[in-house]
Amino acid sequence: MKKLVLLALSLFLVISFTVSAGAKTLKVGLDADPVSLDPQVQLSGGMLQLSHWVFDPLVRWTQEMTFEPRLATKWERLDELTMRFTLRQGVKFHSGNTFTAKDVKWSFDRMRTSVDFKGLLDPFEGCTIVDDYTIDVKTKKPYALLLNMATYFFAMDSEFYTGTDANGQPKDAVLKIGESFALNNASGTGPFRAIKRELGVVLEMERFADYWDTKSPGNVTKIILTPIKENATRVAALLSGDVDFISPVPPQDFSRVDSDDKVKLVNISGGRIITFQMNQNRVEAFKDVRVRQAIVHAVNNTGIVKQIMKGTATVAAQQGPRGYAGYKETLVPRYDLAKAKMLMKEAGYEKGFEVTMMAPNDRYVNDAKIAEAVAQMLGKINIKVHLKTMPKAQYWNEFDARAADMMMIGWHSDTEDSGNFSEFLMMCGNKETGMGQYNSGYCNPKVDELTLAAQSETNLEKRAAILQEIEQILYDDAAFVPLHWQNHSYGAKKNIQVKPIINVMNFPYFGDLVIE
Amino acid sequence: MFAFIIRRILQAIVVMMVISLVGFSIKSKIGDPVRDLVGERVTPEERAQIADKMGLNDPFLIQYTRFVKQALKGDLGRSFIYNKPALEVIVRHAPATIELLIGTALIIIFVSLPLGIQSALQPRSILSRFTMSFSTLGVSMPVFLTAILLIYLFAVNLQILPSYGRGETVDLFGNGYWKTGFLTHDGRLHLILPCLSLSSIMLPLFIRLIRSEMMEVLETEYIKYAWAKGLSPARIWMVHAFKNTLLPVITVFGVQMGITFAFTILTELVFQWQGMGFIFLEAVERSDISLLIAYLVVVAGVFVLVNTVVDIIYGFINPTIRIAGTR
Repeated sequence: MKKLVLLALSLFLVISFTVSAGAKTLKVGLDADPVSLDPQVQLSGGMLQLSHWVFDPLVRWTQEMTFEPRLATKWERLDELTMRFTLRQGVKFHSGNTFTAKDVKWSFDRMRTSVDFKGLLDPFEGCTIVDDYTIDVKTKKPYALLLNMATYFFAMDSEFYTGTDANGQPKDAVLKIGESFALNNASGTGPFRAIKRELGVVLEMERFADYWDTKSPGNVTKIILTPIKENATRVAALLSGDVDFISPVPPQDFSRVDSDDKVKLVNISGGRIITFQMNQNRVEAFKDVRVRQAIVHAVNNTGIVKQIMKGTATVAAQQGPRGYAGYKETLVPRYDLAKAKMLMKEAGYEKGFEVTMMAPNDRYVNDAKIAEAVAQMLGKINIKVHLKTMPKAQYWNEFDARAADMMMIGWHSDTEDSGNFSEFLMMCGNKETGMGQYNSGYCNPKVDELTLAAQSETNLEKRAAILQEIEQILYDDAAFVPLHWQNHSYGAKKNIQVKPIINVMNFPYFGDLVIE
Repeated sequence: MFAFIIRRILQAIVVMMVISLVGFSIKSKIGDPVRDLVGERVTPEERAQIADKMGLNDPFLIQYTRFVKQALKGDLGRSFIYNKPALEVIVRHAPATIELLIGTALIIIFVSLPLGIQSALQPRSILSRFTMSFSTLGVSMPVFLTAILLIYLFAVNLQILPSYGRGETVDLFGNGYWKTGFLTHDGRLHLILPCLSLSSIMLPLFIRLIRSEMMEVLETEYIKYAWAKGLSPARIWMVHAFKNTLLPVITVFGVQMGITFAFTILTELVFQWQGMGFIFLEAVERSDISLLIAYLVVVAGVFVLVNTVVDIIYGFINPTIRIAGTR
């Protein structure tokens, strides 16, 4: 009997599947699934991707790095410190509640209590509700990146998250460990509603029927997201048709995905710079700018992009990529072995020296291979490198301890702005201000001064000039070894219009995705 | 006898203590779990605060006694990745692994028996030669590679089998703990490739084992006598020879399934199979030390339990073991 029931049940499931196949379902295979449904508990790429599917920000970035109105329809500067946002009317949350200014303020105040976001929100004074659809956002000091930050202001449904859950705990608790309502329940204004979630197995989202953006061309009615961790399996799942969309595509499989006639490969250059830092506190020789220049000249980053990254990265000579305010056209890659050798000779290190180097082997695309290549290249100017690569779980502890003379670090600017790189990677390390948190041993007061000046400069042209000056100084100083900006890579079936919905941040806007 | 049982149980407890201690002492080498819980811009001071709250900064002995105390109450700590009690995470993921092992065992039984017997009976036939050379290949290929080759052959090129995951599952007891793939067509299709790759390690071994055991048995006097008696070949092979072949094979089978369990880790990774091996790798990679220790304790516990029970049963059956033990 039980068997019969099960049989009938499975038959029913099979039938219901075939019926719903008419709707546009997108099966997505990513390397990991979002860790929770709470957009404010962890600041990570995966969580921000989810935030753009289930929630909406006030404004969002376009592919051209301009701002696009979402929940805010208009914004204007009232004075140096204040920006007034006019909010969209007639927007519904998934719960059915109506979106108003109080939700923006509530979400902002909640975000402040999250350890991951509070650093980002440090420049802000707070939000003031003017009326139901107008809100003023105030900063402590003049702050040029207010709009950049507004891309993080996702509106959560204040009514939905108010009260206590079954355990008697407030529903709005921001909890990393332990059960909390917000970790497993979500009500946003976004194009998709999370309907089923099993951590590490599947996340199912359904198009929200009352979504405000009726002009969006997006026609995906359902998304089934499964994490597929192993690179080869993820690619195989796409090629076999088990999933429709994958990311990332590992470089070694680019040509296979590209040459298949049922699927296509789409790349977009990203904002994550991969670098090596030279620790001047550990190595006397690194204090000599000629030695640092020699190292930068000895590293053939163009070759690395071609050979190891298979052309799917952009060679870098500065921190921020093209499109960022600080980008300076004249700063070009400078591989020149002869010059590197000459510089070493000038500095009196013709015979070279020995250094230690560390890199992760599961954090950035081909990180260990890149480190091996760089170590080999430095061998040519007689710098003997003792390389150690390790999983990121161990690497970060080593990095915190600045345990090697040269360490690999990749950085993506949270604000999509050049200044952020300098704040974290290049400003002199300072425990109190938190600046230079990921700087291992380079310190130049001039860079500090300029970076801080750029933070409060609201004239965008002047600001860009300052940021470009910083890039020039770092270039002349050979402050770090620039390698490349990683591309984001997507594989998808031919009928899926991937190009219009991707961007530098790697937040595919599935709400606007068109399946032909 | 009573003293023997007590001694065995005490030994088991000591083994468990040692294993949990080893797990505890390597945990600081695995990495910092806080790193995985926070974004990159969270300062070291804030990370230290979180670690404090989680009790990760307490001295080793305090942490360990706390763990043992909780463990005795059945609480093996809380998994950071899954944000649930570690024991529950393991119990929920165990059925996937068990089903993988069942499927593998079925393949091994139904493939190795006929092939092994056939190659024992007709060692010179083309089929047996083929089986033998193919099984050498199977033995020498790493399971990881076998799995990927199978995926590319059956999922990508032929497109007849799914490439990853468990497919449709049915909740067996209605409480969400045991989701089985055996009861749906889709679930069974998803089982084929992982089970095939997992069995590829043990299958050649069993074919060879059955073959050599059977050939040995076929040479014995009683088989010759049976031939002389004029029994039908089918009866001689299947009843007289085969039955006696089976005994050592079953013993080895039990041991080998334990080893196969270790290989599920890689198989599960390749097929995105949400079993115990998969969560083990996740725990290592994302330094979920609670889950890692719980995993070690649970797996060791199962092995210790099985061994202890077997030893005690042996003690009942074979008194010499008991006596040897009293020395």
